[in-house]
Amino acid sequence: MTHKVLVYAEVRNGKLKSTAGETLAEARKMLAGKSENLHAVLLGEGCEQHAKTLATFGASKIYVVDTPDTNTYQGEPTIQALTQIIQKNGYTVVVGPASPTGRDFFPRLSIRNKGAMLTDVVGFSLDGDSVVSDIPMYLGKCAKQAVSAASITFVTLRPNVRPSEIVDANAQANVEKFSVEFDRAKITSKVVEVRKGAGERPDLTEANIIISGGRAIASKDNFKILFECADAVHGSVGASRAAVDSGYAPYEMQVGQTGKTVNPGLYVACGISGSIQHLSGMRTSKCIVAINTDVDAPIFQKADFGIVADLFQAVPILTREFKKLME
Amino acid sequence: MKILVLAKHVPDTETVIKISGGGKTIDESDFKYMVNPCDEYAMEEAIRTQDKHKGESVVVSVGPARAQETIRKALAMGLDRGVWINTEGYSGGLDSYSVALAISKVVAEEKPDVIFAGLNTIDEGAGNVGPMVAEFAGMPSLVNISKLEWQNEGKSVRAERDVESGIVEIYEAKTPLLIAPHQNLNDPRFPSLPGIMKAKKKPIAEKKAADLITDKPKVEVRTYKLPPEKAPGKIFKGKPVEEMVTEVVKLLRSEAKVI
Repeated sequence: MTHKVLVYAEVRNGKLKSTAGETLAEARKMLAGKSENLHAVLLGEGCEQHAKTLATFGASKIYVVDTPDTNTYQGEPTIQALTQIIQKNGYTVVVGPASPTGRDFFPRLSIRNKGAMLTDVVGFSLDGDSVVSDIPMYLGKCAKQAVSAASITFVTLRPNVRPSEIVDANAQANVEKFSVEFDRAKITSKVVEVRKGAGERPDLTEANIIISGGRAIASKDNFKILFECADAVHGSVGASRAAVDSGYAPYEMQVGQTGKTVNPGLYVACGISGSIQHLSGMRTSKCIVAINTDVDAPIFQKADFGIVADLFQAVPILTREFKKLME
Repeated sequence: MKILVLAKHVPDTETVIKISGGGKTIDESDFKYMVNPCDEYAMEEAIRTQDKHKGESVVVSVGPARAQETIRKALAMGLDRGVWINTEGYSGGLDSYSVALAISKVVAEEKPDVIFAGLNTIDEGAGNVGPMVAEFAGMPSLVNISKLEWQNEGKSVRAERDVESGIVEIYEAKTPLLIAPHQNLNDPRFPSLPGIMKAKKKPIAEKKAADLITDKPKVEVRTYKLPPEKAPGKIFKGKPVEEMVTEVVKLLRSEAKVI
């Protein structure tokens, strides 16, 4: 059989998320590098502006659902739009990012379409006709290889596990405008307001560099030195639960068991001891740097580079050196 | 108001994972278990909601006999009764679809106005079951909720969902609905001694997973593997901070190539 793949390309605040390129690259690898059956979907008014970018990533057809119902993500309208595209066109694999948005609606989408759900995978491929994937479990302490036993498979790919690939920088977008017939009786929850965040820094789950602070930061104000360091390298700032519970950082910055799972190229843990709960949220980072005054802190066992020093001395030097590199 | 809570009995956070059977199984012989941490926020919110709107609260858990310990803890915290979906004797795979299917049968019977579910579990970690149960029941799911206001005498809610980077989506939704709280929504209580005593008398109804799971799983597990052991890192100490940091930054570029 030939698989037909649909990739949900997430747009937020009018911007295409970096996961669009990552998911298209992984899906294209699954299709042995062929773009013919690799399609993508964009939702929201004005989203067509991103079609060209998706074409350069290898999407040979891009559905555009240009309606105000899908301007803000809100579950049900998104599920209805995707379901209609899937059923009208016979897709067998549907891929999205394992971002808060992707993880919110993909499980529901899989049930509505009687499909298999492979959540937060770090890679997927074909074995014969079956979709197989690697999925971390037990807080990253082990992984399973799971295989879809259904005729349609839904996959969310963890952000940052693989790079985007430009297949053809001059590719022209083949756009199909898709008009959705919404079943409004089913829409019983609505987003009435969206409060925007600072917005200048990348989302934690997608950031390539994260500077994180623990209890040793000792105050909300002191987080400033971490933000300065992150901004020098266009990174984001995370926090341990201890820092969040002490009121030094908001929950949205929390990395770990009950917070976010992150997967950056570089994770700098400043004044974080390294509890299993914290490690579970950042252990797959490609490179871990730990800065801590306590030489026995468990974080040093997981670190690629450890600096036994006071973070208030070390971080400003780190920021200065990062700035030099970025010049 | 009828309130349902979904809860799972999971291996302790500190559990060491050993793989056996040539990669086919996980050796669970040394496992110690506990209530899934995220589910405690669901239990607490159920109790607070019931305090305000009266009615009945029911906790549902899927698993072997030990799952009753999680149910007992919920009852000791203050929930009214339990439903245990016993997986002993069920030979099929328990993917999130199968678990959600089993729970959906209980939901159809209990007809709750609101379901509280944990955001995520610390074993499988997918967070699929809550949204899937809501989908089976045809109700909306509000996931990662940090603030919850009941309106209209408990017929609707206004809820804040933390997305990312400080973005908050504010939802208005009608019951029935499913809510997955995050840890800022409340501070779960410890069961009191009288609570623990009372819980012993509260009823737990048993259902058989084999009767409720009326379809084959959609995802099968082939093998398990442990992550590759990381080589020990380079630890710098006892030198001037200036020297150690500049050395590490150099290595980040030349050796790790991450900056």
